[in-house]
Amino acid sequence: MPEPEYSPAEIMTIAAARRLRNGTVCFVGIGLPSAAANLARLTHAPDVVLIYESGTIGAKPDVLPLSIGDGELAETADTVVSVPEIFRYWLQGGRVDVGFLGAAQIDKFGNINTTVIGGTYDAPRTRLPGAGGAPEIATAAKEVAIILKHSKRAFVEELDFVTSSGYFENSNGNSAARVHGRGPTTVISDLGIIASDAATRELVLTAVHPGVTTEQVKAATGWTLRIAPHVDITPAPTAAELAALRDLHARTTAAHGGAASSE
Amino acid sequence: MAVLTSLQEAVADLIQDGAVVALEGFTHLIPFAAGHELIRQRRRKLTLIRMTPDLIYDQMIGMGCASRLVFSWGGNPGVGSLHRFRDAIQTGWPVPLEIEEHSHADMAARYQAGASGLPFAVMRGYVGSDLPKYNKKIQSITCPFTGEVLTATPAINPDVTVIHAQKADRKGNVLIYGIIGVQKEAALAAKKVIVTVEEIVDSLDAPVNACVLPGWVVSCVCHVPGGAHPSYAHGYYKRDNSFCKAWDGISRERETFLAWMNQHILATADFAEYLRSVDADSKVSSHA
Repeated sequence: MPEPEYSPAEIMTIAAARRLRNGTVCFVGIGLPSAAANLARLTHAPDVVLIYESGTIGAKPDVLPLSIGDGELAETADTVVSVPEIFRYWLQGGRVDVGFLGAAQIDKFGNINTTVIGGTYDAPRTRLPGAGGAPEIATAAKEVAIILKHSKRAFVEELDFVTSSGYFENSNGNSAARVHGRGPTTVISDLGIIASDAATRELVLTAVHPGVTTEQVKAATGWTLRIAPHVDITPAPTAAELAALRDLHARTTAAHGGAASSE
Repeated sequence: MAVLTSLQEAVADLIQDGAVVALEGFTHLIPFAAGHELIRQRRRKLTLIRMTPDLIYDQMIGMGCASRLVFSWGGNPGVGSLHRFRDAIQTGWPVPLEIEEHSHADMAARYQAGASGLPFAVMRGYVGSDLPKYNKKIQSITCPFTGEVLTATPAINPDVTVIHAQKADRKGNVLIYGIIGVQKEAALAAKKVIVTVEEIVDSLDAPVNACVLPGWVVSCVCHVPGGAHPSYAHGYYKRDNSFCKAWDGISRERETFLAWMNQHILATADFAEYLRSVDADSKVSSHA
Protein backbone atom coordinates (compact mmCIF):
# COMPACT_ATOMS: atom_id res chain seq x y z
CA MET A 1 0.00 0.00 0.00
CA PRO A 2 1.48 3.41 -0.87
CA GLU A 3 2.14 5.72 2.03
CA PRO A 4 -0.41 8.51 2.30
CA GLU A 5 0.57 12.08 1.43
CA TYR A 6 0.72 14.51 4.33
CA SER A 7 1.92 18.02 5.12
CA PRO A 8 4.71 19.08 7.52
CA ALA A 9 2.06 20.55 9.82
CA GLU A 10 0.20 17.24 9.87
CA ILE A 11 3.20 15.12 10.80
CA MET A 12 4.11 17.66 13.50
CA THR A 13 0.67 17.30 15.10
CA ILE A 14 0.68 13.53 14.71
CA ALA A 15 4.20 13.14 16.11
CA ALA A 16 3.18 15.29 19.09
CA ALA A 17 -0.01 13.29 19.64
CA ARG A 18 2.01 10.06 19.79
CA ARG A 19 3.92 11.37 22.81
CA LEU A 20 0.78 11.19 24.98
CA ARG A 21 0.00 7.83 26.52
CA ASN A 22 -3.45 6.62 27.43
CA GLY A 23 -4.42 7.88 30.88
CA THR A 24 -1.86 10.70 30.88
CA VAL A 25 -3.12 13.85 32.59
CA CYS A 26 -2.30 16.65 30.17
CA PHE A 27 -2.59 20.40 30.78
CA VAL A 28 -3.26 21.70 27.29
CA GLY A 29 -2.41 25.03 25.71
CA ILE A 30 -4.63 26.36 22.94
CA GLY A 31 -3.76 25.92 19.26
CA LEU A 32 -1.21 23.29 18.22
CA PRO A 33 -1.03 21.57 21.64
CA SER A 34 -4.81 21.30 21.75
CA ALA A 35 -4.93 19.78 18.27
CA ALA A 36 -2.28 17.20 19.15
CA ALA A 37 -3.82 16.31 22.51
CA ASN A 38 -7.26 15.82 21.00
CA LEU A 39 -5.81 13.74 18.18
CA ALA A 40 -4.21 11.48 20.79
CA ARG A 41 -7.59 11.15 22.49
CA LEU A 42 -9.29 10.30 19.20
CA THR A 43 -6.68 7.68 18.22
CA HIS A 44 -4.44 5.68 20.54
CA ALA A 45 -5.19 7.32 23.89
CA PRO A 46 -8.97 7.49 24.43
CA ASP A 47 -8.55 7.99 28.16
CA VAL A 48 -6.01 10.80 28.07
CA VAL A 49 -7.25 13.47 30.51
CA LEU A 50 -7.29 16.93 28.97
CA ILE A 51 -7.20 19.89 31.33
CA TYR A 52 -7.64 23.41 29.99
CA GLU A 53 -6.80 26.44 32.11
CA SER A 54 -10.40 27.66 31.86
CA GLY A 55 -11.11 25.03 34.52
CA THR A 56 -12.36 22.14 32.40
CA ILE A 57 -11.04 18.76 33.57
CA GLY A 58 -11.45 15.74 31.30
CA ALA A 59 -12.71 17.76 28.33
CA LYS A 60 -13.67 15.67 25.28
CA PRO A 61 -14.50 18.22 22.59
CA ASP A 62 -15.78 16.98 19.23
CA VAL A 63 -14.21 20.00 17.54
CA LEU A 64 -11.11 21.97 18.47
CA PRO A 65 -11.86 24.94 20.69
CA LEU A 66 -11.15 28.35 19.19
CA SER A 67 -10.67 29.84 22.63
CA ILE A 68 -9.44 28.12 25.76
CA GLY A 69 -12.87 28.56 27.30
CA ASP A 70 -15.24 27.43 24.56
CA GLY A 71 -18.57 26.10 25.78
CA GLU A 72 -17.96 22.65 24.31
CA LEU A 73 -15.04 22.13 26.70
CA ALA A 74 -17.37 22.69 29.64
CA GLU A 75 -20.16 20.56 28.17
CA THR A 76 -17.89 17.56 27.60
CA ALA A 77 -15.76 17.82 30.75
CA ASP A 78 -15.87 15.47 33.72
CA THR A 79 -16.01 18.57 35.89
CA VAL A 80 -15.57 22.32 35.57
CA VAL A 81 -13.78 24.16 38.37
CA SER A 82 -12.82 27.81 38.86
CA VAL A 83 -9.62 29.26 37.45
CA PRO A 84 -8.02 29.68 40.90
CA GLU A 85 -8.80 26.04 41.61
CA ILE A 86 -7.36 24.73 38.34
CA PHE A 87 -4.04 26.47 38.94
CA ARG A 88 -3.79 25.83 42.66
CA TYR A 89 -5.22 22.36 43.36
CA TRP A 90 -4.65 20.70 40.01
CA LEU A 91 -1.50 22.25 38.52
CA GLN A 92 0.45 23.52 41.56
CA GLY A 93 -0.89 20.54 43.49
CA GLY A 94 1.17 18.26 41.27
CA ARG A 95 -1.62 16.42 39.47
CA VAL A 96 -0.50 17.15 35.91
CA ASP A 97 1.69 14.60 34.08
CA VAL A 98 2.39 16.58 30.93
CA GLY A 99 2.18 20.30 30.25
CA PHE A 100 1.71 20.80 26.54
CA LEU A 101 2.77 24.25 25.34
CA GLY A 102 3.37 26.32 22.25
CA ALA A 103 5.78 29.27 22.04
CA ALA A 104 6.92 32.16 19.89
CA GLN A 105 10.61 31.58 20.66
CA ILE A 106 12.55 28.77 22.29
CA ASP A 107 16.21 28.40 23.25
CA LYS A 108 18.36 25.31 23.55
CA PHE A 109 17.43 24.76 27.20
CA GLY A 110 13.72 24.83 26.49
CA ASN A 111 13.15 28.30 27.92
CA ILE A 112 10.30 29.95 26.03
CA ASN A 113 9.22 33.47 25.13
CA THR A 114 5.64 34.57 24.58
CA THR A 115 6.04 38.17 25.78
CA VAL A 116 8.01 40.53 23.52
CA ILE A 117 10.17 40.34 20.38
CA GLY A 118 12.76 42.99 19.67
CA GLY A 119 13.27 46.38 21.31
CA THR A 120 13.00 46.42 25.09
CA TYR A 121 10.31 45.22 27.46
CA ASP A 122 9.00 48.77 27.87
CA ALA A 123 9.26 49.60 24.17
CA PRO A 124 9.03 46.31 22.32
CA ARG A 125 9.16 46.00 18.56
CA THR A 126 6.43 43.38 18.77
CA ARG A 127 4.24 42.89 21.76
CA LEU A 128 3.04 39.27 22.14
CA PRO A 129 0.09 38.15 24.31
CA GLY A 130 2.21 37.41 27.39
CA ALA A 131 2.46 34.63 29.95
CA GLY A 132 -1.04 33.25 30.41
CA GLY A 133 -0.68 29.99 32.29
CA ALA A 134 2.69 29.04 30.83
CA PRO A 135 5.21 30.03 33.56
CA GLU A 136 3.54 27.75 36.08
CA ILE A 137 2.62 24.99 33.60
CA ALA A 138 6.26 24.90 32.48
CA THR A 139 7.53 24.40 36.00
CA ALA A 140 4.75 22.52 37.82
CA ALA A 141 3.88 19.78 35.33
CA LYS A 142 5.84 16.57 35.81
CA GLU A 143 7.07 16.89 32.23
CA VAL A 144 6.69 19.48 29.49
CA ALA A 145 6.28 19.00 25.74
CA ILE A 146 6.54 21.97 23.40
CA ILE A 147 5.23 22.08 19.87
CA LEU A 148 6.17 24.76 17.34
CA LYS A 149 7.21 25.14 13.73
CA HIS A 150 10.92 25.17 13.00
CA SER A 151 12.55 28.44 11.92
CA LYS A 152 15.61 30.45 12.91
CA ARG A 153 13.28 33.17 14.18
CA ALA A 154 11.64 30.72 16.57
CA PHE A 155 14.60 28.52 17.59
CA VAL A 156 17.01 31.17 18.81
CA GLU A 157 20.43 31.36 20.48
CA GLU A 158 19.14 33.93 22.96
CA LEU A 159 15.55 34.72 23.86
CA ASP A 160 14.36 38.32 23.82
CA PHE A 161 12.48 37.54 27.04
CA VAL A 162 12.21 34.43 29.21
CA THR A 163 8.50 34.09 29.90
CA SER A 164 8.57 30.50 31.09
CA SER A 165 11.66 28.64 32.12
CA GLY A 166 13.14 25.43 30.87
CA TYR A 167 14.88 22.71 32.77
CA PHE A 168 18.32 24.18 33.12
CA GLU A 169 19.89 27.59 33.48
CA ASN A 170 18.11 29.95 31.21
CA SER A 171 19.88 31.93 28.55
CA ASN A 172 20.35 34.89 30.88
CA GLY A 173 22.42 32.69 33.16
CA ASN A 174 19.72 32.76 35.79
CA SER A 175 20.88 29.94 38.00
CA ALA A 176 17.68 30.09 40.04
CA ALA A 177 15.90 28.46 37.13
CA ARG A 178 14.84 25.00 38.06
CA VAL A 179 11.68 23.00 37.83
CA HIS A 180 9.96 20.52 40.05
CA GLY A 181 9.37 17.94 37.37
CA ARG A 182 11.47 16.70 34.48
CA GLY A 183 11.07 19.96 32.59
CA PRO A 184 10.87 20.40 28.81
CA THR A 185 11.86 16.92 27.74
CA THR A 186 10.66 17.15 24.15
CA VAL A 187 10.15 19.70 21.41
CA ILE A 188 8.15 18.55 18.41
CA SER A 189 8.47 20.62 15.23
CA ASP A 190 7.45 20.24 11.62
CA LEU A 191 10.98 18.95 10.84
CA GLY A 192 11.69 16.57 13.68
CA ILE A 193 11.94 15.98 17.39
CA ILE A 194 14.54 17.49 19.68
CA ALA A 195 14.85 16.15 23.18
CA SER A 196 16.57 17.20 26.35
CA ASP A 197 19.96 15.50 26.82
CA ALA A 198 20.04 13.69 30.16
CA ALA A 199 23.49 15.02 31.08
CA THR A 200 23.60 18.58 29.76
CA ARG A 201 19.85 19.29 29.47
CA GLU A 202 20.53 20.83 26.09
CA LEU A 203 17.97 20.05 23.42
CA VAL A 204 19.50 17.74 20.81
CA LEU A 205 18.05 16.39 17.59
CA THR A 206 16.84 12.83 18.16
CA ALA A 207 14.51 12.28 15.21
CA VAL A 208 13.73 13.74 11.81
CA HIS A 209 10.45 13.38 9.99
CA PRO A 210 10.55 11.29 6.79
CA GLY A 211 12.39 13.05 3.96
CA VAL A 212 13.95 15.68 6.26
CA THR A 213 17.74 15.77 6.66
CA THR A 214 19.67 16.67 9.79
CA GLU A 215 21.26 19.48 7.76
CA GLN A 216 17.82 20.98 7.08
CA VAL A 217 17.01 20.97 10.77
CA LYS A 218 20.37 22.54 11.65
CA ALA A 219 19.81 25.22 9.03
CA ALA A 220 16.41 26.07 10.54
CA THR A 221 17.78 26.29 14.09
CA GLY A 222 19.28 29.53 15.38
CA TRP A 223 21.73 27.87 17.74
CA THR A 224 24.36 25.27 16.81
CA LEU A 225 22.10 22.26 17.10
CA ARG A 226 23.69 19.13 18.49
CA ILE A 227 22.76 15.88 16.82
CA ALA A 228 22.16 12.72 18.84
CA PRO A 229 24.50 9.79 18.04
CA HIS A 230 21.57 7.99 16.54
CA VAL A 231 18.83 9.98 14.81
CA ASP A 232 15.54 8.16 14.34
CA ILE A 233 13.18 8.71 11.48
CA THR A 234 9.65 9.49 12.66
CA PRO A 235 7.31 6.76 11.42
CA ALA A 236 5.15 8.24 8.67
CA PRO A 237 1.57 9.05 9.60
CA THR A 238 -0.77 6.12 9.23
CA ALA A 239 -3.93 6.40 7.17
CA ALA A 240 -5.94 6.17 10.39
CA GLU A 241 -3.99 9.01 12.05
CA LEU A 242 -4.37 11.24 9.02
CA ALA A 243 -8.06 10.50 8.69
CA ALA A 244 -8.67 11.29 12.35
CA LEU A 245 -6.72 14.56 12.12
CA ARG A 246 -8.39 15.68 8.90
CA ASP A 247 -11.85 14.80 10.20
CA LEU A 248 -11.12 16.78 13.35
CA HIS A 249 -10.05 19.82 11.32
CA ALA A 250 -13.04 19.50 8.98
CA ARG A 251 -15.47 19.35 11.91
CA THR A 252 -13.68 22.28 13.52
CA THR A 253 -13.79 24.42 10.39
CA ALA A 254 -17.49 23.69 9.92
CA ALA A 255 -18.27 24.45 13.56
CA HIS A 256 -16.35 27.72 13.68
CA GLY A 257 -17.73 29.01 10.43
CA GLY A 258 -14.52 28.59 8.47
CA ALA A 259 -12.23 29.68 11.27
CA ALA A 260 -8.61 28.73 10.88
CA SER A 261 -8.45 27.03 14.23
CA SER A 262 -5.04 25.51 14.50
CA GLU A 263 -2.94 23.04 12.66
CA MET B 1 -28.43 44.68 49.09
CA ALA B 2 -28.47 44.62 45.32
CA VAL B 3 -30.42 47.29 43.48
CA LEU B 4 -32.07 46.38 40.19
CA THR B 5 -31.19 49.24 37.91
CA SER B 6 -30.22 50.17 34.37
CA LEU B 7 -26.64 49.62 33.27
CA GLN B 8 -26.36 53.33 32.42
CA GLU B 9 -27.24 54.26 35.99
CA ALA B 10 -25.03 51.60 37.55
CA VAL B 11 -21.97 52.74 35.58
CA ALA B 12 -22.71 56.43 36.16
CA ASP B 13 -23.19 55.94 39.88
CA LEU B 14 -20.40 53.51 40.70
CA ILE B 15 -17.52 53.98 38.25
CA GLN B 16 -15.74 57.33 38.24
CA ASP B 17 -12.79 58.53 36.18
CA GLY B 18 -9.59 57.14 37.66
CA ALA B 19 -11.30 54.14 39.25
CA VAL B 20 -9.69 50.71 39.55
CA VAL B 21 -12.05 48.39 37.72
CA ALA B 22 -12.04 44.66 36.98
CA LEU B 23 -14.30 43.35 34.21
CA GLU B 24 -13.94 39.58 34.51
CA GLY B 25 -15.13 36.49 32.66
CA PHE B 26 -12.60 33.92 31.42
CA THR B 27 -13.46 33.72 27.70
CA HIS B 28 -17.08 33.10 28.80
CA LEU B 29 -19.63 35.62 30.12
CA ILE B 30 -17.41 38.58 29.26
CA PRO B 31 -19.27 41.75 30.32
CA PHE B 32 -19.14 43.52 26.95
CA ALA B 33 -22.27 45.57 27.60
CA ALA B 34 -20.63 47.20 30.62
CA GLY B 35 -17.43 47.84 28.66
CA HIS B 36 -19.45 49.57 25.95
CA GLU B 37 -21.28 51.67 28.52
CA LEU B 38 -17.96 52.82 30.03
CA ILE B 39 -16.92 53.85 26.51
CA ARG B 40 -20.23 55.68 25.90
CA GLN B 41 -19.89 57.54 29.20
CA ARG B 42 -16.32 58.42 28.18
CA ARG B 43 -14.62 57.25 31.33
CA ARG B 44 -10.93 58.18 31.47
CA LYS B 45 -7.78 57.19 33.36
CA LEU B 46 -9.22 53.88 34.53
CA THR B 47 -6.98 51.16 35.85
CA LEU B 48 -8.34 48.13 34.03
CA ILE B 49 -7.74 44.72 35.58
CA ARG B 50 -8.46 41.52 33.71
CA MET B 51 -6.68 38.21 33.23
CA THR B 52 -7.39 38.14 29.49
CA PRO B 53 -7.87 41.69 28.17
CA ASP B 54 -9.55 40.29 25.04
CA LEU B 55 -11.66 42.36 22.63
CA ILE B 56 -13.44 44.15 25.46
CA TYR B 57 -10.30 45.90 26.72
CA ASP B 58 -9.01 46.33 23.16
CA GLN B 59 -12.10 48.47 22.58
CA MET B 60 -11.75 50.38 25.85
CA ILE B 61 -8.00 50.93 25.43
CA GLY B 62 -8.45 52.10 21.85
CA MET B 63 -11.10 54.58 22.97
CA GLY B 64 -8.75 56.04 25.58
CA CYS B 65 -10.56 54.84 28.71
CA ALA B 66 -7.49 53.35 30.39
CA SER B 67 -4.21 54.69 31.68
CA ARG B 68 -3.11 51.44 33.27
CA LEU B 69 -3.66 47.77 32.50
CA VAL B 70 -3.16 44.83 34.86
CA PHE B 71 -3.31 41.52 32.98
CA SER B 72 -1.86 38.10 32.28
CA TRP B 73 -2.64 37.31 28.61
CA GLY B 74 -3.52 39.84 25.94
CA GLY B 75 -4.66 38.27 22.70
CA ASN B 76 -7.71 37.68 20.53
CA PRO B 77 -8.32 33.99 21.37
CA GLY B 78 -7.94 31.73 18.36
CA VAL B 79 -7.43 34.72 16.06
CA GLY B 80 -4.23 36.57 16.92
CA SER B 81 -3.15 39.91 18.28
CA LEU B 82 -5.11 42.67 19.96
CA HIS B 83 -4.16 45.57 17.72
CA ARG B 84 -5.35 48.43 19.94
CA PHE B 85 -3.63 46.88 22.97
CA ARG B 86 -0.43 46.55 20.95
CA ASP B 87 -0.67 50.06 19.53
CA ALA B 88 -1.12 51.51 23.02
CA ILE B 89 1.87 49.62 24.41
CA GLN B 90 4.14 50.11 21.40
CA THR B 91 3.28 53.73 20.52
CA GLY B 92 1.10 55.15 23.33
CA TRP B 93 -1.98 55.64 21.10
CA PRO B 94 -4.43 57.12 21.87
CA VAL B 95 -3.01 57.69 25.35
CA PRO B 96 -0.01 56.13 27.09
CA LEU B 97 -0.83 52.84 28.75
CA GLU B 98 1.15 51.65 31.72
CA ILE B 99 1.13 47.88 32.03
CA GLU B 100 1.46 45.54 34.99
CA GLU B 101 1.91 42.01 33.79
CA HIS B 102 1.45 38.75 35.68
CA SER B 103 0.72 35.08 34.95
CA HIS B 104 -2.75 33.55 35.09
CA ALA B 105 -1.97 31.54 38.22
CA ASP B 106 -0.77 34.73 39.89
CA MET B 107 -3.80 36.83 38.91
CA ALA B 108 -6.13 34.10 40.14
CA ALA B 109 -4.24 33.91 43.41
CA ARG B 110 -4.30 37.71 43.79
CA TYR B 111 -8.07 37.81 43.41
CA GLN B 112 -8.36 34.99 45.94
CA ALA B 113 -6.23 36.95 48.39
CA GLY B 114 -8.39 40.01 47.77
CA ALA B 115 -11.56 38.05 48.40
CA SER B 116 -9.99 36.50 51.50
CA GLY B 117 -9.09 39.80 53.11
CA LEU B 118 -5.39 38.98 52.96
CA PRO B 119 -2.73 41.51 51.90
CA PHE B 120 -0.95 39.18 49.51
CA ALA B 121 -1.10 35.88 47.70
CA VAL B 122 1.48 33.15 47.98
CA MET B 123 2.22 30.68 45.23
CA ARG B 124 5.00 28.69 43.61
CA GLY B 125 5.36 30.80 40.52
CA TYR B 126 7.59 32.43 37.92
CA VAL B 127 10.46 30.00 38.52
CA GLY B 128 13.18 31.17 36.13
CA SER B 129 10.93 33.72 34.42
CA ASP B 130 12.02 37.26 33.53
CA LEU B 131 8.67 38.75 34.56
CA PRO B 132 9.71 39.51 38.17
CA LYS B 133 12.57 41.66 36.80
CA TYR B 134 10.04 43.99 35.18
CA ASN B 135 7.18 43.85 37.66
CA LYS B 136 8.19 44.85 41.16
CA LYS B 137 4.89 43.57 42.54
CA ILE B 138 6.21 40.05 42.06
CA GLN B 139 8.31 39.39 45.14
CA SER B 140 9.51 36.35 47.03
CA ILE B 141 8.80 35.10 50.52
CA THR B 142 10.42 32.32 52.49
CA CYS B 143 8.17 29.69 53.99
CA PRO B 144 8.66 29.79 57.79
CA PHE B 145 8.10 26.04 58.02
CA THR B 146 10.08 24.56 55.14
CA GLY B 147 12.39 27.37 54.04
CA GLU B 148 11.12 27.12 50.49
CA VAL B 149 11.27 30.41 48.61
CA LEU B 150 7.86 31.15 47.14
CA THR B 151 6.28 33.99 45.18
CA ALA B 152 4.30 36.70 46.95
CA THR B 153 2.15 39.20 45.06
CA PRO B 154 -0.27 41.80 46.42
CA ALA B 155 -3.98 41.15 46.69
CA ILE B 156 -6.28 42.69 44.11
CA ASN B 157 -9.10 44.78 45.57
CA PRO B 158 -10.82 46.66 42.73
CA ASP B 159 -13.02 49.67 43.41
CA VAL B 160 -15.60 47.97 41.23
CA THR B 161 -15.81 44.49 39.71
CA VAL B 162 -18.20 43.99 36.81
CA ILE B 163 -19.32 40.54 35.66
CA HIS B 164 -22.00 39.10 33.42
CA ALA B 165 -24.10 36.14 34.60
CA GLN B 166 -26.98 34.01 33.40
CA LYS B 167 -29.65 34.84 35.96
CA ALA B 168 -30.59 36.95 38.92
CA ASP B 169 -33.72 36.81 41.00
CA ARG B 170 -35.62 39.89 42.13
CA LYS B 171 -33.55 40.12 45.33
CA GLY B 172 -30.38 40.29 43.27
CA ASN B 173 -29.08 36.80 44.00
CA VAL B 174 -26.95 35.85 40.99
CA LEU B 175 -26.41 32.43 39.40
CA ILE B 176 -23.34 31.74 37.24
CA TYR B 177 -22.68 28.42 35.53
CA GLY B 178 -20.47 26.84 32.88
CA ILE B 179 -16.91 28.11 32.89
CA ILE B 180 -17.03 30.26 36.02
CA GLY B 181 -13.49 31.60 35.70
CA VAL B 182 -12.44 33.96 38.45
CA GLN B 183 -15.72 35.88 38.75
CA LYS B 184 -16.61 34.88 42.31
CA GLU B 185 -13.17 35.86 43.60
CA ALA B 186 -13.12 39.10 41.59
CA ALA B 187 -16.56 40.04 42.90
CA LEU B 188 -15.78 39.27 46.54
CA ALA B 189 -12.46 41.15 46.28
CA ALA B 190 -14.14 44.37 45.15
CA LYS B 191 -15.64 47.27 47.09
CA LYS B 192 -18.64 47.40 44.71
CA VAL B 193 -20.04 44.83 42.30
CA ILE B 194 -22.10 45.33 39.15
CA VAL B 195 -23.66 42.24 37.58
CA THR B 196 -25.35 42.27 34.19
CA VAL B 197 -27.60 39.26 33.57
CA GLU B 198 -29.33 37.49 30.71
CA GLU B 199 -32.59 37.29 32.60
CA ILE B 200 -34.29 38.24 35.83
CA VAL B 201 -36.32 35.37 37.23
CA ASP B 202 -38.68 34.79 40.14
CA SER B 203 -36.57 31.89 41.41
CA LEU B 204 -32.99 30.91 40.55
CA ASP B 205 -33.71 27.20 41.08
CA ALA B 206 -29.98 26.80 41.62
CA PRO B 207 -28.55 23.36 42.39
CA VAL B 208 -27.24 23.07 45.96
CA ASN B 209 -23.54 23.61 45.16
CA ALA B 210 -24.05 26.07 42.34
CA CYS B 211 -21.98 29.23 42.03
CA VAL B 212 -24.35 31.82 43.49
CA LEU B 213 -23.45 35.33 44.57
CA PRO B 214 -25.94 36.36 47.26
CA GLY B 215 -27.68 39.65 46.57
CA TRP B 216 -26.17 41.20 49.66
CA VAL B 217 -22.65 41.13 48.17
CA VAL B 218 -23.84 42.69 44.89
CA SER B 219 -24.32 46.44 44.45
CA CYS B 220 -26.31 46.58 41.22
CA VAL B 221 -27.99 44.01 39.00
CA CYS B 222 -28.74 45.14 35.46
CA HIS B 223 -30.88 43.21 32.98
CA VAL B 224 -28.92 43.17 29.70
CA PRO B 225 -29.90 40.25 27.44
CA GLY B 226 -27.05 39.29 25.14
CA GLY B 227 -24.73 41.39 27.30
CA ALA B 228 -21.76 39.08 26.76
CA HIS B 229 -21.77 39.30 22.95
CA PRO B 230 -19.46 38.51 21.12
CA SER B 231 -18.43 36.21 23.95
CA TYR B 232 -21.02 33.63 24.98
CA ALA B 233 -23.46 32.81 27.75
CA HIS B 234 -23.63 29.09 28.45
CA GLY B 235 -27.21 27.91 27.99
CA TYR B 236 -28.18 31.06 26.07
CA TYR B 237 -26.02 31.69 23.00
CA LYS B 238 -22.71 30.67 21.48
CA ARG B 239 -19.52 32.64 21.05
CA ASP B 240 -19.68 34.77 17.91
CA ASN B 241 -16.46 33.48 16.37
CA SER B 242 -17.05 35.32 13.11
CA PHE B 243 -17.20 38.62 15.00
CA CYS B 244 -13.94 37.80 16.80
CA LYS B 245 -12.30 37.14 13.43
CA ALA B 246 -13.82 40.27 11.90
CA TRP B 247 -12.45 42.29 14.82
CA ASP B 248 -8.93 41.58 13.58
CA GLY B 249 -9.65 43.61 10.44
CA ILE B 250 -11.78 46.27 12.13
CA SER B 251 -9.19 46.99 14.79
CA ARG B 252 -6.02 46.72 12.71
CA GLU B 253 -5.97 50.39 11.67
CA ARG B 254 -6.87 53.34 13.90
CA GLU B 255 -9.24 54.86 11.33
CA THR B 256 -11.34 51.74 10.76
CA PHE B 257 -11.42 51.12 14.49
CA LEU B 258 -12.64 54.63 15.30
CA ALA B 259 -15.23 54.55 12.53
CA TRP B 260 -16.57 51.23 13.84
CA MET B 261 -16.65 52.43 17.45
CA ASN B 262 -18.41 55.63 16.48
CA GLN B 263 -21.02 53.82 14.45
CA HIS B 264 -21.74 50.88 16.72
CA ILE B 265 -20.96 52.09 20.24
CA LEU B 266 -20.99 55.88 20.50
CA ALA B 267 -23.94 56.31 18.12
CA THR B 268 -26.03 53.61 19.79
CA ALA B 269 -28.01 54.36 22.93
CA ASP B 270 -27.59 51.03 24.63
CA PHE B 271 -26.55 47.42 24.17
CA ALA B 272 -29.82 46.35 22.55
CA GLU B 273 -29.29 48.99 19.89
CA TYR B 274 -25.66 47.88 19.44
CA LEU B 275 -26.83 44.31 18.87
CA ARG B 276 -29.24 45.45 16.18
CA SER B 277 -26.54 47.63 14.68
CA VAL B 278 -23.99 44.84 14.23
CA ASP B 279 -26.65 42.49 12.87
CA ALA B 280 -27.65 45.00 10.25
CA ASP B 281 -24.26 46.22 9.24
CA SER B 282 -21.80 43.41 9.23
CA LYS B 283 -23.64 40.12 8.88
CA VAL B 284 -21.94 38.84 12.01
CA SER B 285 -24.32 36.66 13.88
CA SER B 286 -25.11 38.21 17.20
CA HIS B 287 -27.39 37.43 20.09
CA ALA B 288 -29.30 34.24 19.29
